[in-house]
Amino acid sequence: MGWTGKILRVNLTNGTVQSEPLNMDWAQQYLGQRGLATKYLAEEIDAKCDPLGPDNKIIFATGPLTGTCASTGGRYSVITKGPLTNAIACSNSGGYFGAELKFAGWDMIIVEGKSPKPVYLSVADDNVELLDAAEIWGTSVWHTDEWIKAKHQDPMLHVATIGVAGENGVLYSAIVNDLHRAAGRSGVGAVMGSKNLKAVAVRGTKGVKVRDGKAFMKATNDGKKVLAENAVTGSGLPMYGTQVLMNAINEAGAMPTRNSREVQFEGAHDISAEAMATPRKSDGEKNLQTNQACFACTIACGRISKIDEKHFTVVNKPQYWHSSGGLEYEAAWALGSNTGINDLEALTYVNFICNEQGLDPISFGATVSAAMELFELGLITTAETGGIDLKFGSAEALVKCVELTGKAEGFGKELGMGSARLCAKYGRPDLSMTVKGQEFPAYDARGIQGMGLTYATSNRGACHLRSYTVSSEMLGIPEKTDPLVTEGKAALVKAFQDATAAVDSSGLCVFTTFAWTLNDIAPQVDAAVSGDWSPEKMLEVGERIWNMERMFNHRAGFTARDDQLPPRLMKEAAKTGPAAGLVSGVDKMLPEYYQLRGWTADGVPTNETLSRLAV
Amino acid sequence: MLKALVIDAGKCTGCKQCEMACSLENEGEFNVAKSRIRVFDFHTEARFVPYTCTQCAEAWCQQACPVNAITTDSMGVKVVHENLCVGCKVCTIACPFGTVNYNASTGKVIKCDLCGGKPACADACPTGAITFQDAEQGGFDKMKIWAAQSGNAATHEGPNTPKASQAAGTGH
Repeated sequence: MGWTGKILRVNLTNGTVQSEPLNMDWAQQYLGQRGLATKYLAEEIDAKCDPLGPDNKIIFATGPLTGTCASTGGRYSVITKGPLTNAIACSNSGGYFGAELKFAGWDMIIVEGKSPKPVYLSVADDNVELLDAAEIWGTSVWHTDEWIKAKHQDPMLHVATIGVAGENGVLYSAIVNDLHRAAGRSGVGAVMGSKNLKAVAVRGTKGVKVRDGKAFMKATNDGKKVLAENAVTGSGLPMYGTQVLMNAINEAGAMPTRNSREVQFEGAHDISAEAMATPRKSDGEKNLQTNQACFACTIACGRISKIDEKHFTVVNKPQYWHSSGGLEYEAAWALGSNTGINDLEALTYVNFICNEQGLDPISFGATVSAAMELFELGLITTAETGGIDLKFGSAEALVKCVELTGKAEGFGKELGMGSARLCAKYGRPDLSMTVKGQEFPAYDARGIQGMGLTYATSNRGACHLRSYTVSSEMLGIPEKTDPLVTEGKAALVKAFQDATAAVDSSGLCVFTTFAWTLNDIAPQVDAAVSGDWSPEKMLEVGERIWNMERMFNHRAGFTARDDQLPPRLMKEAAKTGPAAGLVSGVDKMLPEYYQLRGWTADGVPTNETLSRLAV
Repeated sequence: MLKALVIDAGKCTGCKQCEMACSLENEGEFNVAKSRIRVFDFHTEARFVPYTCTQCAEAWCQQACPVNAITTDSMGVKVVHENLCVGCKVCTIACPFGTVNYNASTGKVIKCDLCGGKPACADACPTGAITFQDAEQGGFDKMKIWAAQSGNAATHEGPNTPKASQAAGTGH
C-alpha cells in the first residue's frame, strides 16, 4: 500500500539481481525516496569511499505517492555519494520514469559494484536483466532512449540514462530520463558511468494501491483544488514555467551575473519567459511551443521549445530542428545571465545539448562563467582554450564549450571538472562560486540573504532546492520576510530544510509547496500508507533526514569550514538594485543556525540531538 | 441526449491523470498500463494527444466478435461482457483505431465503456482537454472559435470591409 515493499538489488560486479523486502521500520522513520534511500546508503557504504570507485552505490528511489494520482506524484530520486562534492548526493527528477518503476513493483533499485563491461539494466515487472550496452556506449541520451525502445520493441518503456558526459566522468554529469527530465546535480551521472552502467529501462504493468482509497481521493482532490486556485501553481508556472522568475529576480537585484560580480543582468528580459512566449523577429515563431506536465502533475510547468532553424547554432543541423525540453529558470540563468549572454536561441541550443549529452546546465554554465573570468584576467588564454575566445557575452564561445565538455575533448576536459577544481588549478580558488564544490544556482546571497545560509548549509553543496526561502523572502509564501535582512533567517532556513526533506521523500514535487504546506501533504501520505502521518510526523522525519545527511558528510570529513560562502559574497557588496551596498551576512546567521539545529558550535549534531531524532 | 468524450489535444499537458482515473475506476488501482484511454507524447512536435474508443455507431469490434460478447447499451456504448469474452482478440484486430486491447492478467479484452455514463477520465482531466458532451454538438466549441474569427473579419478587420479598404486608400 503506497510502498510496494520490495527492493531490487543489482550487483554489477557479479552480474546478479535479487529481490528483497523493504525495511518497514525504516520506512516509518524515513518515509521513502530521499530519506529512505539515504538511510540505506548511509548504512551500506563507507562515507569516505571514492565516489567513482566500486565501493560507492547508487540508488534509484520512489516515494510512497509515486505512481498515484496525487498531483505531481511521479518523482524519483537518485541517491549516491557525489563525485563533484564528495558529500551525500540526492538528485530528484520528474518525467514518467519514477512512476513506471513503481508500476514494475519496486520501491527502489540499489546498484552496487562495477560491471566489467558496459551494460544496461532492463526491468520489466519481475523480469530483471543486465544486458550488453556495447552498442549504446559512447552515444547520447536521445539515441540511447530510441535504441532501447526499438530493441525491446516497446515504445511504452521509460529510460533513465547517462549521455557521453557521464561515461567520460564529467563531474556534474546528469542522469536524464524521458529525454529531458534529469536527476541533474552533483554528478550522479558520473557514478553510473564509473560503474559501466549506461541506462535503466523500466516497464511496469502492476498497479499501485493505497491504504484508504476514499480518504486518498478526497485528500488528493482537495490538494489539486488548492494548486489550481493558487496564483503561482495555477497560472504563473503553467503559463511561464519557472522562467516567470527571470525578470522578478533581476529587478530584486538577486540575479548572479558574470560569475557573481554583479547582481543584475542588463539582458535578462531577452532571455525571460516573456521573450520565450513572444514571436521571434527572425521567423515569426515563438521559442516556446507548449507546456508539459510530468507524471500526475496538474501544474505543468515544463517548457517545450523549438530553436529558430536559421540560428547559427543549428544551421545545417536538422537533428535539432524539432521541439524538445526548453529553458527552465535555472538553465536560462546559468547559461545566460551568469555568462552575460542574452541570445535566447543559443541558450536553448546549449540546453538541448545538456539534455542530449547528460550535463547539469547549472554547474556547466557556472563553470564556464568562472572560466570566462579567469580568461578576462589572463590566467586562461587561447592556448588553454584551444582558440576559443572565452569572453563574457560570447554565445559562440559557450556553444563551443558545451560541444566539447560532454565529449571531454580539449578545453572541455577542464570545464568538466567543475568550477572549484578549475579555479584552484589556475590559482584563483576564490573565484569559484561554490559551496562544498557545487556551483550556486540562480539567486544571489547578497540580494536574498536566506539563500546564503541555504547554500552554506545544504548537505549536497550549494543548492536552492534544499530550502527555497525565496518563497518567503520574495513571494511571501507562507509569509513575507525581508530578503535584505539576516534576522530570523536561521529559523526560516531550518523550517524550510526540514519540510522540504519530507516532501522530497514522499514522491511529490517541491513546486507544490508554492501552494501546499505539510497540512495539505500529510493527509495524502496518510491515506496512502500506514503509520498515522501527521504534519508533525512529516516535519520530524524531515529533521531526522537532515541530520542523517549531515552525519554522513561529517563521517566523510566535512566540517564547519565547509559551510562557508566564497569571499566575493562576503566582501564585495552588491553594486546595484535594492541590495546595493550589502554583502552576505551568512557569518551572522550560522551560529544561530547551529544552535537551533542542536549542533555544536563546530556544526556537529550533538548526541542529544541524534538520540532525540533517533538517527 | 447521447453524450460522447470530446478531446481537445491542444489542452493536454501529458499528465496522465486520465489514465490513472481510468485504471482506478476499472481495475481498482493506479495502473496506466491497464488504462482504456492513452495519452500519446509526440515529443518532437510538442503535442500530447489523449486517445480512446469513439463508440462507433456500427462498431467493427462488435461485428467481428464471434461470441457476441460486445453489445450496445441504451447510450450507444459498446460494452464488453467479460463472462462471454473468450479472449480471442479478433476485435482488437478488427478495430481500426486500436482502442480495444487484450488484458493478459484476465484473458479478456478491455475497452472504454464511458464508465456507465460518468467517465472518470473527463472528471480527472485538470485542463479540460477531455470533456463529456452532447454527441451531436461535439464540434460546438470549435465552430464557435471559427465563427468568432469570421464574424470579426466581416465586421472589423477583414480585407474587404470598408475600414480595410479605406486604410488601403481604395475606399470611398
